[in-house]
Amino acid sequence: MDFLYNVSVDPILQIVEDPVFFIQVIAEGLMAGVMYSLVALGFCLIYKASGVFNFAQGIFIVFAVMCMITVFEYGVPIIPAVIIAFLAMVALSWAIERIVLRNMVNQEEIIMFMATIGLSFFLEGFGQTIFGGDSKLVPVEALHLGRDALIVPMFGSSIRLQELDLTAGVIAALLVGILALFFQKTPVGRALRAVADDHQAALSVGIPLQWMWVVVWSVAGLVALVAGIMWGASSSVDFSLVVIALKALPVLILGGFTSVPGVIVGGLIIGVGEKIAEIYWGDALGGSIEEWFAYVLALVFLMFRPQGLFGEKIIERV
Amino acid sequence: MIYREGGQIKTSYAADQQLFPINQDRWFVYGFIIFLFVIPPLFATEYHYEVILYPILSLGLAALGLNILTGYCGLISLGTGGFMAIGAYSAFKITTAFPDLNIFIVFILAGLISALFGILIGLPSLRIKGFYLAVTTLAAHFFVEWAINRIDWLSNYSPSHTIGGPPRDMFGITVMGPEANPAAKYIIMLIVVVALGFVAKNLVRGRVGRSWMAIRDMDIAAELIGIKPLQTKLLAFAISSFYIGVSGALYVLMYLESVDPEAFEILTTSFPVLFMIIIGGLGSIMGAFMGAAFIVLIPVLLRNLFPALGIDIASHVIQHIEFMLFGGLIVFFLIVEPNGLARLWQIVKEKLRLWPFPH
Repeated sequence: MDFLYNVSVDPILQIVEDPVFFIQVIAEGLMAGVMYSLVALGFCLIYKASGVFNFAQGIFIVFAVMCMITVFEYGVPIIPAVIIAFLAMVALSWAIERIVLRNMVNQEEIIMFMATIGLSFFLEGFGQTIFGGDSKLVPVEALHLGRDALIVPMFGSSIRLQELDLTAGVIAALLVGILALFFQKTPVGRALRAVADDHQAALSVGIPLQWMWVVVWSVAGLVALVAGIMWGASSSVDFSLVVIALKALPVLILGGFTSVPGVIVGGLIIGVGEKIAEIYWGDALGGSIEEWFAYVLALVFLMFRPQGLFGEKIIERV
Repeated sequence: MIYREGGQIKTSYAADQQLFPINQDRWFVYGFIIFLFVIPPLFATEYHYEVILYPILSLGLAALGLNILTGYCGLISLGTGGFMAIGAYSAFKITTAFPDLNIFIVFILAGLISALFGILIGLPSLRIKGFYLAVTTLAAHFFVEWAINRIDWLSNYSPSHTIGGPPRDMFGITVMGPEANPAAKYIIMLIVVVALGFVAKNLVRGRVGRSWMAIRDMDIAAELIGIKPLQTKLLAFAISSFYIGVSGALYVLMYLESVDPEAFEILTTSFPVLFMIIIGGLGSIMGAFMGAAFIVLIPVLLRNLFPALGIDIASHVIQHIEFMLFGGLIVFFLIVEPNGLARLWQIVKEKLRLWPFPH
């Protein structure tokens, strides 16, 4: 009885008693959701354009931000450091296309997926060899990222928002806007959508498939760099950050693998759901339920829409 | 010359439908199994058991289970670690609650509990497909990981939720626990693995296996010819989880002896086992074990490689290089032979049939 009360009645009472705190929780959830979306965005881009479920995106993020920090620590100003890190990601994308993807055209999805896990192992070893295994700090001051908290008064009380989270939100929104324009309006974007639709058809109308892959993996590298900076800014960066790839998976399936808006909405739903569940239901269920809650939430959504909220409808023919 | 089935004429249905219709195959497989039962107990040292034989047997069984699900029924699962944990913790609970129970029965019961959970996790598979399903099986994994970390009862209230194999005897020989005879332990594991391997081999060539393969190749078409997708998929989940559960019990109670929940992390269980079946070959019983041997042996070889070459490097650098080589090898292997070691083995056999006169 106690348990039932704690699960069904108590959380509702808490929400009604302190609505401002509830709003605070939702705001924090939205902010966390934006972070998840940033990570998931890289997965989504690559899946859209090359049909590869790129597990190595997690290590991409660490790799990009580690590269930027290392260059910065050598005394290079911040803007060139960011550009150098981006160029490094372009070089990496080119190498991956050359060595791995080119040889795996038309393989089954699961084989490609396993190859990216292998790639992820390789990059983890490679990154630790050249950048060292220690954790590093993102140069927050040089990047002009605020770390203060904003107090917003509301209904006689107030809620706190982290400036960093707000910046992340704005950057994510900008990124998505630019990417949407890039995909919809530019010739390269159109070619990318063609590639996503059908590799062979795209090749036969003269779209350089290999070149397109380099482009989209580089864009994913840029997204990874941004995501890495935003994740790293709140604490520090080391190679254990790779596991954020696992945080992005429920966001991806909830939104649908192929949809950029899906990733954003999915991230926000997961972020808010996770925070609310953890704060109001966490204790009743035994604590740290956020480890699995995102997955269960995604599972519930998938039961009703098996292709994710915004994914393309799966049409099966015999 | 050596490998040629010409002249082996079958005169009865039983002979025609036996497990290995070609004599050479049969001799090879039975010979190899006898070799496994006889030679390692005579010559292997503690090191060989701990580093090579135990992990290959226990993880190979997990790979076999996953191969039933992924290779034969086409359902990708990343929740292997979770099912191994279920098997391990239930075996631990059963054997500590009933110390006199024969450990073979303990393993089977642990497998059955794991199979029950497998059916539960398999329920969404009717609607959710492909990578969406793979990610939902992760839900199972993370839930189990959370549960074994939270529920003290599962580990008999041990401080850091550590479980281990308590001492158990069989025919007067200690076969489990810290003082167990390594050879006896090995024999027990081998009996379980060989028995389950034969069961799997028979399952996949019968009606059940054929319906799994029909579902894998195209589920709508399979449904049209009268295969019930729900039953078939759930059966695949149940049997696969049974195997993975038993392997988890072997992995913990026999091989590792004492573990905390960390041992079931996704990067140390689910992904390596998936690697095993991809590298060994999807949809092949033997491939699962070949893949397991490959994945277990590569790090061992790499670790011995640098000292053998006389190169002296700091251990953490070696670890990083190991990571690079391991990842690189996997990518290389997938590019060169995406169908896995089982396919290579098949090519060798085809070549052997014509050898030494290919024309």
